[in-house]
Amino acid sequence: MSNALVDGNLLGIEGMTATEIEEILDLTDIFAEISQRPIPKVPALRGQTIATLFFENSTRTRLSFDTAARRLSADTMTFGAGSSSLSKGESLRDTVEVIEAYGADALIVRHPMAGTAQRIANWTDAVVINAGDGCHEHPTQALLDAYTLRQHCGNLTGLRIALVGDIDHSRVARSNVLAFTALGAKVTLVAPATLLPSSLTGWPVEVSHDLNAVLEETDVCYLLRLQHERISEGLIPSIREYVTDFGMNEKRANLLPSEAIICHPGPTNRGVEIDAVVAADPRAVILDQVANGVSVRMAVLFLLLGAGRDLIESPTAEGNK
Amino acid sequence: MAKRERGQTPPFGGVFVAHARILGAEDMARAVRRMAHEIIERNHGLSDVVLIGLQTGGVFVTEQLAEALAEIDGQRPATGTLDVALHRDDIGLRPVVPEAITDITMNLDGKTVVLVDDVLFTGRTIRAALDALGTFGRPQGVQLAVMVDRGHRELPIRPDYVGKNLPTRRDEVVDVHQQGVDLGAVKK
Repeated sequence: MSNALVDGNLLGIEGMTATEIEEILDLTDIFAEISQRPIPKVPALRGQTIATLFFENSTRTRLSFDTAARRLSADTMTFGAGSSSLSKGESLRDTVEVIEAYGADALIVRHPMAGTAQRIANWTDAVVINAGDGCHEHPTQALLDAYTLRQHCGNLTGLRIALVGDIDHSRVARSNVLAFTALGAKVTLVAPATLLPSSLTGWPVEVSHDLNAVLEETDVCYLLRLQHERISEGLIPSIREYVTDFGMNEKRANLLPSEAIICHPGPTNRGVEIDAVVAADPRAVILDQVANGVSVRMAVLFLLLGAGRDLIESPTAEGNK
Repeated sequence: MAKRERGQTPPFGGVFVAHARILGAEDMARAVRRMAHEIIERNHGLSDVVLIGLQTGGVFVTEQLAEALAEIDGQRPATGTLDVALHRDDIGLRPVVPEAITDITMNLDGKTVVLVDDVLFTGRTIRAALDALGTFGRPQGVQLAVMVDRGHRELPIRPDYVGKNLPTRRDEVVDVHQQGVDLGAVKK
């Protein structure tokens, strides 16, 4: 069973082996089936309380964690930074202790500062799941993307994946590069030099600044969201120029092999990194990614809070049926 | 006991050692045929009868039962598989394994569901299965067919169709497989 999960937390893809990742993906099939049932609910995490602590806005991650928790019959608690005592000056540590005192068994944390999930894990006995920390990692996104790729392309070994866009500021890119390469995929980063990390030492990736040249040799085109702040920071001259060079439009989509797929972690900027026409292309699997997010997060919650953990810690099973 | 439990129940890494062959392959085939006749008799035919095999040990018994029913009645009933690991009250004591697939594609509303398992012991698996069935619809009735009833029930559950009643000690292990039924123990 997964070492990264035996520690009781999911803080990042870094340090996970291919086997560990694959174990989670294998288990995800079981939870995907549950979502297909007329009543999509199992009592696996009955009596457990899962708190979501989001210090940054989110639609997908928060809703899918919430849905996943409910489908496993856990109780959920929601903390929003804007509507809490944080605005009265309460510290992060006090906030965490208060939520733990209410009986939370797991904390799902999103925060604009890298390493916050790790910090919180040091303060609490509850399970901590990183739902995005600054520009660092977003492990469940990488797991759901790997699951989506496996669903559409079979094995990831040898799969040619192009990650396009703002690599430097993207936690999705970091976690995805780690997960995809661990599973044997060949990853090419495609971006203007200003949006690439200053050092790529130790990253088993190739780099290109020419999207058109890469597309023909690509099985998966993974587009990242371009945040408008990047213009004011002077990293790109204008949205228009970025769109001209790196936007996925119909013409570029036609350069892709016919069985290639197009991914985007959302939220999408239509007309910037992806054209509305391309988003509606059958090869765009963006909504599959969203649906798979629930299944993968069910698997992760179950492994950390359910039978997975107990099995490892106290192997006291029955003799027979 | 199916393979997945064997590897993951104490003594861990233990090996099943058979002490006695209770039923041979032919005995088992006869028992399956008799149970098939009983299912048809009890339900006045096979209309609306659905067989659901419990993962993992009940799946091959379900296949044999469906074949026998097809031979006798001329029509093969719909079959499915169900993994109850997530519905158990002792969750955490038993492994959830990716190979154990739940596959119920038909609507169970108004159907007569025959749950099929290899061994009936404490009854907890069946309790979990009854809960799990509720998430797929509202069957008209649920019946239970098992290859071996070994006793030691902990819940008020009884089988409708039994291949073999086998009195056992609690620490013994019953293994139902393609070649027959063995009684033995898991040894380190």
